[in-house]
Amino acid sequence: MSAIAEKGPGFGIDIAALRKQLASGHEMWRSLDEIAGTAEFRRFVEAEFPAIAERLPARPNRRTLLKLMGASLSLAGLAACSRAESIVPYVRQPEILIPGKPVYYATTLSSDGFGIGAIVESHEGRPIKIEGNPDHTASRGATDAVMQAAVLTLFDPDRSRTPLKDGQPASYGHFLKDMAGLFSRWTVSQGQGGALLLDASASPTLAAQLDALRARYPKLKIYRHDPLAIPAAAEASHALFGSALTPVYRFDRAETIVSLDADFLGEGPGRLAYAHDFAARRRVRSPNDRMSRLYAVESTPTITGAAADHRFAIKPSEVEAVAAGLNAALTGQAGRSASPIDQAWMTALADDLKAADRNALVVAGGHQSAFVQAAALSANAKLGALGNTVQLIEPPDALQVDGDLARLCGAIGDGAIDTVVVLGANPLHTAPTRLDAHKAFSSLKFMVHHGLYRDETAFLAHWHVPAAHELESWSDIRAYDGTASLVQPLIKPLYDGRTMHELLAVLGGQFEADPLAPVRQHWAALDDDAWKKALRDCIVPNSAAKPISVTVPPDLGGLRPAAKAADGIDIRFVADPWLRDGRFANASWLQELPRPLTKIVWGNAALISPATAERLKIENGKIINVALNGADIDAPAWIVPGHPDESVTLSFGFGRRAGSVAALAEGYDAFRLRSGAEWIATGATLTPRQNSVRVITTQHHQAMEGRAIIRHASLDAFRRNPDFVRKDVPPSPKETLYPDWPYDQEAWAMAIDLSACIGCMACVSACQAENNIAPVGPDECERGQEMHWLRVDRYYAGPVEAPDTFFQPVPCMHCEKAPCEVVCPVNATVHTHDGLNAQVYNRCIGTRYCSQNCPYKVRRFNFLDHQSFDKDDAGPEQGVHNPNVSVRSRGVMEKCTYCVQRISAKRIQAQIENRDIADGEVVTACQQACPTQAITFGDRNKKDARVVREKSAPQNYALLEELNTRPRTTYLGKISNPNGKLAKTGEATDG
Amino acid sequence: MTKAPLRAVNSEFAFSRIGEGMPQIFSKNANGVARFVIWGSCAALLIAAAIGTVLPRSDLITGVGEPLAQPVPFSHKHHVGQLGIDCRYCHNGVESSSSAGLPATEVCMTCHSQLFTNANMLAPVRASLVSGKPIEWQRVNSVPDFVFFNHAIHVNKGVACETCHGEVDQMPLTRRAHTLSMEWCLGCHRNPGPNLRPPQDVFLMHWQPPADIDEIRRQLIGMLDIHPDTMTDCYVCHR
Repeated sequence: MSAIAEKGPGFGIDIAALRKQLASGHEMWRSLDEIAGTAEFRRFVEAEFPAIAERLPARPNRRTLLKLMGASLSLAGLAACSRAESIVPYVRQPEILIPGKPVYYATTLSSDGFGIGAIVESHEGRPIKIEGNPDHTASRGATDAVMQAAVLTLFDPDRSRTPLKDGQPASYGHFLKDMAGLFSRWTVSQGQGGALLLDASASPTLAAQLDALRARYPKLKIYRHDPLAIPAAAEASHALFGSALTPVYRFDRAETIVSLDADFLGEGPGRLAYAHDFAARRRVRSPNDRMSRLYAVESTPTITGAAADHRFAIKPSEVEAVAAGLNAALTGQAGRSASPIDQAWMTALADDLKAADRNALVVAGGHQSAFVQAAALSANAKLGALGNTVQLIEPPDALQVDGDLARLCGAIGDGAIDTVVVLGANPLHTAPTRLDAHKAFSSLKFMVHHGLYRDETAFLAHWHVPAAHELESWSDIRAYDGTASLVQPLIKPLYDGRTMHELLAVLGGQFEADPLAPVRQHWAALDDDAWKKALRDCIVPNSAAKPISVTVPPDLGGLRPAAKAADGIDIRFVADPWLRDGRFANASWLQELPRPLTKIVWGNAALISPATAERLKIENGKIINVALNGADIDAPAWIVPGHPDESVTLSFGFGRRAGSVAALAEGYDAFRLRSGAEWIATGATLTPRQNSVRVITTQHHQAMEGRAIIRHASLDAFRRNPDFVRKDVPPSPKETLYPDWPYDQEAWAMAIDLSACIGCMACVSACQAENNIAPVGPDECERGQEMHWLRVDRYYAGPVEAPDTFFQPVPCMHCEKAPCEVVCPVNATVHTHDGLNAQVYNRCIGTRYCSQNCPYKVRRFNFLDHQSFDKDDAGPEQGVHNPNVSVRSRGVMEKCTYCVQRISAKRIQAQIENRDIADGEVVTACQQACPTQAITFGDRNKKDARVVREKSAPQNYALLEELNTRPRTTYLGKISNPNGKLAKTGEATDG
Repeated sequence: MTKAPLRAVNSEFAFSRIGEGMPQIFSKNANGVARFVIWGSCAALLIAAAIGTVLPRSDLITGVGEPLAQPVPFSHKHHVGQLGIDCRYCHNGVESSSSAGLPATEVCMTCHSQLFTNANMLAPVRASLVSGKPIEWQRVNSVPDFVFFNHAIHVNKGVACETCHGEVDQMPLTRRAHTLSMEWCLGCHRNPGPNLRPPQDVFLMHWQPPADIDEIRRQLIGMLDIHPDTMTDCYVCHR
């Protein structure tokens, strides 16, 4: 973390020495600094609360001390004063609403334009928590980290609150008057000179409304600007089959999977479903169980690569050669050796694929070229997998448009277009610099912007209209497999925002449009009962696209790999996993959520490989200049083990110029290097600059000093020795000074399957949303004082060029012999009858002894007042708070509670019904969000409980069990399934 | 303190006066002052401790028994005591939710659209229905924000409304019947028996326990699966 960034020039890590050290290959490490044992790393880790000393004046004199004490005394007095409180009942109480009881509604959230089903918990009409919709194909009951933050953006105080005309507040009526003028002009001119600019959206109602507008104004142009679009799959299927088709994968059938630079677990609208199916095929509980095998060829480290059994890092421009090589190997033409991958490797891979036959699956990364897509389809066709593990469907987001942003800018430049209505898109942040969108848009005669924020584009617009948040809107949207689902509002628009459909209706002359009308009208075929049912489920039944059967022409439709790439550095653009193109940059939860592999927060960095860093003499945090075709940006470097050499990964989403939270983040704007919609660029140069900046990462925080934290084995090793987790582990003592607790009723426990965990961070985000965990900002994060109750540790094993990657979620272990309990001088951390290790905020006086004594480092201390208690002072963001969880103040310790509010709610329910709590009834927030069901929670005293079954698996182990803390949270050791013919150094083959 | 050491001190002074000719520092009544200060401070401490113990529990601080002015002078005495309306007619969440709930304006108007339709006293209720603006009642029974009280579980386990809220049918204006302090809550959580009654009777006022109530209460604890040993876990109320 900062400890590295702050060091003076000339102090680097000796990567060559590290290589030698790691050659033996069995050591686990978290970062290069740790393995090198730099002095900064030691200093950082050894400080229990790093940099706390910076907070206090070096030598407080008597006067300062008295002042501080006096202040706290008088504040203590003030806190005791209570104020008269009023109760405000309803005037007309809705029938289904009982104050104090949450109501759950199904709706759909959009993710890069596609729908993912959600169930939203609403307290007295206030949506506070997003869960996945188990009936929705894209969710399967899970959510991702970004969906969790939807409630935060809903209550974001920075949201635009009123229409603006030339930057001045104006009424919506005034806007409608101006739109009436536009309407009559367009009616006369048939829309001549007018254009719509749309964001990515797979909404059927939108498509229908656009068709209606086109019919009304034949000369109106419609453009779509999706900076994260991946058009290559459609392009490839055009070349192969003559029509645009989208692949949908069936990982539940796939036995051997090859990813050609595809991050199917972390990217794309089907990722939650894919992760669910992928993990289900890899659940091993006894030596007889089978699991699928994943080979990943990738151009930047992703969570898919981390989950792979074999991972191969290559430059992004070389993936085409691998795709060609794979096809050649499948047809037996082993002669072509242009592939950057070892021939033996490729042969073994091809054999494995052939053995899996129609259960093989080759997945191409959407950002790769059309050739790679076609090659993957062709490989699947050769294996007979087409129609089985890969199905082709009509693209759910198909929309007839006149072009992209480049076309629109061209048309504005030509004078063909002088009026643009921008719906949701933010081209002034996301446009490639080459287009000079600023010049194009400022030359417009009339421009309307519709969006959640007054963003970069809104500043140029003549009219800005606040958009309704998706939790305030009526709409519909299709999922990755074409399933149409409805979007229904959870709350009336807070700031009089309008939906996209309302605005399109206004353009069509319906000035008094009801937000529901366009959607209901589109689904007029559903009668009232069917509509109500569809609303309740938020799914339109039988709307998934039907697979289309095709045959792949042998010549790949004329698609060829590009000529050998130019020398120099390859650039791989990626969307930030949480902020996407920057649209979520104002969500503090997402800014502060560590990125899965780098653990970077509040900023982005240019990721490079250790070898490239060594060649260019670059250290972490050093500014490097990335230049490409005349454009250049300065970005801090970050060395990532397993990154391909001579290549740099740049991420979108940062460098926003609007939004108060976004302004806190540090980072560069990668759009400035992009020349079009490409994801890969070649021929770039890297030049180190003199200075360094801080890159904030949480990877060293709460380190556990390199003990046997992660235990892993290959499937073969597991079959030989199912008890591999016990190997070479110090025996855990049985005797203890403290008497055992009786657990007469429940005994809550958790099991976390490290084989299933893909490191997606959804659990951390869900925990933050459920438990009112405060974001603390970049400076506090830098000091190691982030408040996440649950962290996901990332470990590496093996050589720096190609390490194995492991993820380990670490919540509170709820020890039966908890070291924290015995050291608290005020009994603020206590053991409950059902085995929870409870923290009593009102007793806590902040000695922090408990945290000092916790071997797992799961306790978090409030050094500052991160959230306001004063309801009048706290602003709209307090709306997101879960009313069943205390908001903590400064000076108290907090930690994971196993979601005690959920346990209590279920216990009260069961007690009222005079029955036991059923297995699976209490679901923790992290468990509920997890797409791979890696987390199991339940009552250990129930013999048939799922958690008991999980814990009886042979690979179940407790973290640091030699300390005799008897944790209630245990782990199932990671089992991978490498191909026995392909041993590689550092491979986890023998536990 | 006894007299013996004091005498010894005096004799020392006497000695020094003879030996060195030093003037007497303390006058004779200094002993009395010292005694007064010593005993007085002890007494002051005791009084302070007594006040510190009694005052926070007194009605003055807890607000017990003091009716609050409400926008509409709603009388439980009239509605419950004289008319006999069930608690749940207005507080309809009490059996299923953490919050008992306050009646929506519409609930008031179910009767008052027919009765006392022109009463001045009810003008705010009618105004609320017309304007859609809710009536803002003053909270009488309140616990701090970090206490998560749940009505449903208490009512379902045989803790009557009357037990905590007192004889509301005698209250022309609602007032707090008990302190609602943690000490008071814990009293029952440690030993719930004396406050239990059969769950079907929890909404009755002035309930008279039958003769074999002790046996009934013992049975209730078993039948309703009440675990007093776990009811003092902190997280039962604080989360």
